Amino acid sequence: MDHIRAHVLICAGTGCVSSGAKKVEAAFREQLAQKGLDKEIKVVETGCHGFCEMGPLVIVYPEGVFYVRVQEEDVKDIVETHLFKGRIVERLLYKEPMTLEKVPNYSDISFYKKQMRMVLANCGHINPEIIEEYVAEGGYAALGKVLTEMTPESVVDEVKKSGLRGRGGGGFPTGMKWGFTRNAQGTKKYVVCNADEGDPGAFMDRSVLEGDPHRVIEGMAVCGYAIGADEGYIYVRAEYPLAIKRLKVAIQQAEEMGLLGDNIFGSGFNFHIKIKEGAGAFVCGEETALLQSIEGKRGMPRSRPPFPAISGLWGKPTNINNVETFANIPQIINKGGDWYASIGTEKSKGTKVFALTGRINHTGLAEVPMGITMREIIYDIGGGIQNGKKFKAVQIGGPSGGCLPEEMLDLSVDYDSLIQAGAMMGSGGLVVMDETTCMVDVAKFFLNFTQSESCGKCTPCREGTKRMLEILTRITEGQGQEGDIEKLEKLAKNIKATALCGLGQTAPNPVLSTLRYFRHEYEAHIKEKRCPAGACAKLAAYNITEACKGCGLCKKVCPVEAISGEVKGLHVIDQAVCIKCGACMAKCPFKAITKG
Amino acid sequence: MEMVTITIDGQQVQVPKTSTVLEAARSVGVNIPTLCYHPELRPEGACRVCVVEVKGARSLVASCIYPVNEGMEVKTNTPDVREARKTVVELLLANHPQECLSCQRNLNCELQTMASDLGIREIPYQGAKKNHPLDAGNPSLVRDQNKCILCGRCIRACSEVQGVHVYSFANRGFDTTVVPAFGQGLHEVACTFCGQCSSVCPTGAIVEKDDTAAVWKALSDPTKHVVVQTAPATRVALGEALGMKPGSIVTGKMVAALRHLGFDRVFDTDFTADLTILEEGNEFLERLQHGGVLPMITSCSPGWVNFIELKYPELLPHLSTAKSPQQMFGALVKTYYAEKAGIDAKDIVSVSIMPCTAKKAEAVREEMKSSGYQDVDYVLTTRELGRMIREAGIDFDGIEKEEYDAPLGIATGAGVIFGATGGVMEAALRTVAEVVTGKELPSIEFTSVRGLTGIKEAVIPVGDLKVKVAVAHTLANARIMLEKIKAGEADYHFIEVMACPGGCIGGGGQPISTCEGFRQKRIDAIYECDQGSALRKSHDNPAVKELYDTWLIKPLGEKSHHLLHTHYHPQNRI
Amino acid sequence: MKTVEDLKRMREQLQSQNRLRHSGGTEIIVGMGTCGIAAGARAVMSAVLEEIAKRKLEDVKVCQTGCIGMCEREVLLDVVRPNEPRVTYGRVTPADVSKIIAEHVVNGRIVEELVVGKIVE
Ligand SMILES: Cc1cc2nc3c(=O)[nH]c(=O)nc-3n(C[C@H](O)[C@H](O)[C@H](O)COP(=O)(O)O)c2cc1C
Ligand code: SF4
Ligand code: SF4
Ligand code: SF4
Repeated sequence: MDHIRAHVLICAGTGCVSSGAKKVEAAFREQLAQKGLDKEIKVVETGCHGFCEMGPLVIVYPEGVFYVRVQEEDVKDIVETHLFKGRIVERLLYKEPMTLEKVPNYSDISFYKKQMRMVLANCGHINPEIIEEYVAEGGYAALGKVLTEMTPESVVDEVKKSGLRGRGGGGFPTGMKWGFTRNAQGTKKYVVCNADEGDPGAFMDRSVLEGDPHRVIEGMAVCGYAIGADEGYIYVRAEYPLAIKRLKVAIQQAEEMGLLGDNIFGSGFNFHIKIKEGAGAFVCGEETALLQSIEGKRGMPRSRPPFPAISGLWGKPTNINNVETFANIPQIINKGGDWYASIGTEKSKGTKVFALTGRINHTGLAEVPMGITMREIIYDIGGGIQNGKKFKAVQIGGPSGGCLPEEMLDLSVDYDSLIQAGAMMGSGGLVVMDETTCMVDVAKFFLNFTQSESCGKCTPCREGTKRMLEILTRITEGQGQEGDIEKLEKLAKNIKATALCGLGQTAPNPVLSTLRYFRHEYEAHIKEKRCPAGACAKLAAYNITEACKGCGLCKKVCPVEAISGEVKGLHVIDQAVCIKCGACMAKCPFKAITKG
Repeated sequence: MEMVTITIDGQQVQVPKTSTVLEAARSVGVNIPTLCYHPELRPEGACRVCVVEVKGARSLVASCIYPVNEGMEVKTNTPDVREARKTVVELLLANHPQECLSCQRNLNCELQTMASDLGIREIPYQGAKKNHPLDAGNPSLVRDQNKCILCGRCIRACSEVQGVHVYSFANRGFDTTVVPAFGQGLHEVACTFCGQCSSVCPTGAIVEKDDTAAVWKALSDPTKHVVVQTAPATRVALGEALGMKPGSIVTGKMVAALRHLGFDRVFDTDFTADLTILEEGNEFLERLQHGGVLPMITSCSPGWVNFIELKYPELLPHLSTAKSPQQMFGALVKTYYAEKAGIDAKDIVSVSIMPCTAKKAEAVREEMKSSGYQDVDYVLTTRELGRMIREAGIDFDGIEKEEYDAPLGIATGAGVIFGATGGVMEAALRTVAEVVTGKELPSIEFTSVRGLTGIKEAVIPVGDLKVKVAVAHTLANARIMLEKIKAGEADYHFIEVMACPGGCIGGGGQPISTCEGFRQKRIDAIYECDQGSALRKSHDNPAVKELYDTWLIKPLGEKSHHLLHTHYHPQNRI
Repeated sequence: MKTVEDLKRMREQLQSQNRLRHSGGTEIIVGMGTCGIAAGARAVMSAVLEEIAKRKLEDVKVCQTGCIGMCEREVLLDVVRPNEPRVTYGRVTPADVSKIIAEHVVNGRIVEELVVGKIVE
């Protein structure tokens, strides 16, 4: 046997694969073989590290050196300089955006420093297609523990004690839900894992499934034991082929090892898992619609009660949880509910994974303890706003979340504070917006999404969001009318109060929260026909400032002859003629033309 | 039954534990408005008009589907609730063609009534409206999806009640619509034209094809001799279309009104119902005695015939070859009656008043031309007749009763009970038993085949034979029967199937009702007509006897075969 | 896998594999500067790996470093045991490796005759 002295971890998450990770891996294998190092250095394909914009990512252990944007042609350098000679390849290191400092070590990068990677501990750290790697990290110990040392009731109690709340959006206490399903009448019960992840821009569940599928499987099996179910379904969107493949591999390996199947660990407990691929409608993530979809029907929510815990899949008691919720379970069992409850705030325990996107320097996945402030996430982990622009708002909670302004940056990120502030935890989407973003436009964007994803079953959501969208559209096009804000508010209130499912009930949130914090922007659009952020094309007013030198270039380039002025004199734009094409502004050599 | 106590608008009530809030409220006279709710269909809670406040609930809840629980406190009439309801209806109206005045359902539309009840005086939202093409490619029904409020009642009726599954929702968001498979027209899919969807639609989105204009035209044409037949079930329902209570018997008024409208002869389909019993009864005995295909199944419900042709063509040999009473009538009017009255058949316009939309499609079947002409020219539903009576300004309330014309207006009580589920079976038994034994029956009330149970079974001694019969109504129940036959588990001799719930009294062309118990009331009225008849057995009908004696010669004879029997063929529509 | 004990045994066997990716354990650092390589650092490295494999040592990490400015003493080899000073050995030959590992890495006894320096971190 040879001693392996180094591991080269290559991220094979969806992001990195699309930026070339597979070629990089092949190059590594080839180069190492050439240098005769293949016996002492192991190449490991891992799941996502959550820092996809920097991919393909390569980490070299034991030093833990983190290389970013590694391309095929860089591999030779890493092998010769680092793996052979032990010198770090500086040019491939990550550079902090704020300080421009190069950081060699994974754990010292600001993006990772304030994170608390518990659910994501194995993501990017182990090869998800080899069950032994998961076992080596303590995998399936929790399943072993519950099957040999715990009663189902005590498992439910432990989860209750942990204070874990559903990570799929609603934040319902997981232990309580398990208790309901456990106590429901019936011998046949199901465990369902919701991996629909329909929020645009969200990919935390995908990353967990790709990077550490066994953790989810183990969580489901523990749940099955706790509630008395012998069958589980993972509902995963068909747009996640890699996640599906990894899950299939994982389920098969677990079955081969006897960690899934009949009589697990000789305990008499049976548990089987099936994968159901979803067609990818957003509303299919709603639990009752999801169950319909598994049953082969059109994914349309139905009224609750009865809740799935009482009557779910094929009318049987069904416990449905999100991917991240299940992924939290093994550590709760291994380290205890009390340990878990020591992390986070009074009512929100543990960590939450967020997908950071928008005008932020570090986009990617970040797992943070509950109760962290928005400011820490955006500035410490996210590296601040791109291009030195000013922060304007952060949209949290997916398409039905809310937009929080600068004053809310020190808000504690937990379920209840977010709701109070008019946003919600959602599944963990976090979009950062800078000063150039128009908040009416943002509201319109999200409402457009929910309207087109509405299942169409209930009147307020189907018809009401359409009317709200029409009103928002006319506001952003300068056709806003007196009374539009009140109409929006009335519709929002009534849609929230009467819609059948969560989609409709939360669809007005982006409008309500922007009205709450950015009402002046609405008013400027309606009353002054002006978009303060200068984002609404039809409202943009171009003006020539004192900086004009009278060169006349703008006048030449204007396609509708809206600009007049003498050579060397101040030029002016006739707003009635201007078609807001922006050509003048682009042309002016003195930056004398402003938009707003 | 386990009861719970809840408070509704401050009033304490005890209701069964399995009730919904809506049921609980209605039980104490608190009326919550509804749209997508239908008392005979599974609640969906989709339209959100029925929202109420429940203490402790995060948002308003849909009372039609929300279960009660002990100690629950419900408020049905708060400012928030009223505003929410109003908003929902305003939103529906904002996406609805404002054509009430010219709509077939004008004054009989739940959306219209709702708007009026909720005091909606303006529609505050303007914007896009749906724009779907009309589906009018079939003889029975017209669908205008622009009037659809997406309550889903048609979907549920067609799948839950009928088991046909023609409709489903398509698209998402504002573009959501209700369509037959692949957005095709009803004539291109496996629709039976039973019209149950039109009976549950709260608006004018699914209506019977209106043939009144053609009938008006014929009535005003002096060269035409216009005769009309009225189906058994119409006399116990037409009143509802003219403001009367369910179960009102209006036979004489209907006859009078038809004369007022200008029909030259007013006949009764009950006459050919009696005739059907003789043909079908003899066919049954024939099959019984000569090893024909059993069980034999009735064939007078055209929705049902479409169903078996579409879904179970392999079982067609079980269908009686006897035509439906409407079509027997049509064939006789242009032959027997024409001869007797000395009128050239080509000058006769034959109209029928039917409880049924499928009858419109039946009349235009290729086979239905045994007289040499189209046997039945126009089929009007009870609803259409109601509209004609109103249009003609007839005071239906005050009109004096009149009698049917002879001879095709002479009928027995056995003919009239064709209108209720079990009636054909009962009428057949009254005749078959006497024909076989040659003795008069001590009692002619076969109550075991009456009533609204989905599938009824009975064993009736006929001479030495114990005849095992079954009666099914609704196509979902028909399917159960057919599956039993396929599985070899149906040892019946004779089965009656009616496509519509309750039989023809619940036909898809009947006045639309969401009244509690309206079917039973119509059924009761039917048996009242039977009771009141001087003759109650088909073979006692003197006009039928005369028909055989002078013209047809005998049941199942040559002429019968040509005029009164038909054949079936598989239909290939998905 | 039949029992929880099977799982535990398997985990223990497998754990060493992934230990590299966690902090902790003893580090052996071989100077792989140009001078080190010229002086035979590769051969020393190979010997280290062989010896570790032979002894089935777990919890030992082998790292490399570049030139640390004592070129005449190459090949340099450092041993860092958890919570102990970093000990640098000089002019190490493949033949010395087994002794350093047996004495220092395994038993914590520094091979004084080869030491060129100690650093307390
Ligand atoms: C429109 C809509 C979409 C949803 N999408 C998801 C989803 O993609 N993933 C998810 O886990 N939960 C989603 N949910 C929440 C689920 O309905 C359900 O609450 C959740 O899966 C329960 O799991 P948890 O308790 O672990 O959060 C969605 C809810 C709504 C209303
Ligand atoms: S709220 Fe929207 S998505 Fe939910 S049931 Fe109603 S229409 Fe469908
Ligand atoms: S007519 Fe009958 S079969 Fe056809 S769609 Fe309507 S309910 Fe269904
Ligand atoms: S067609 Fe009529 S019954 Fe069917 S969904 Fe539309 S409104 Fe409802």
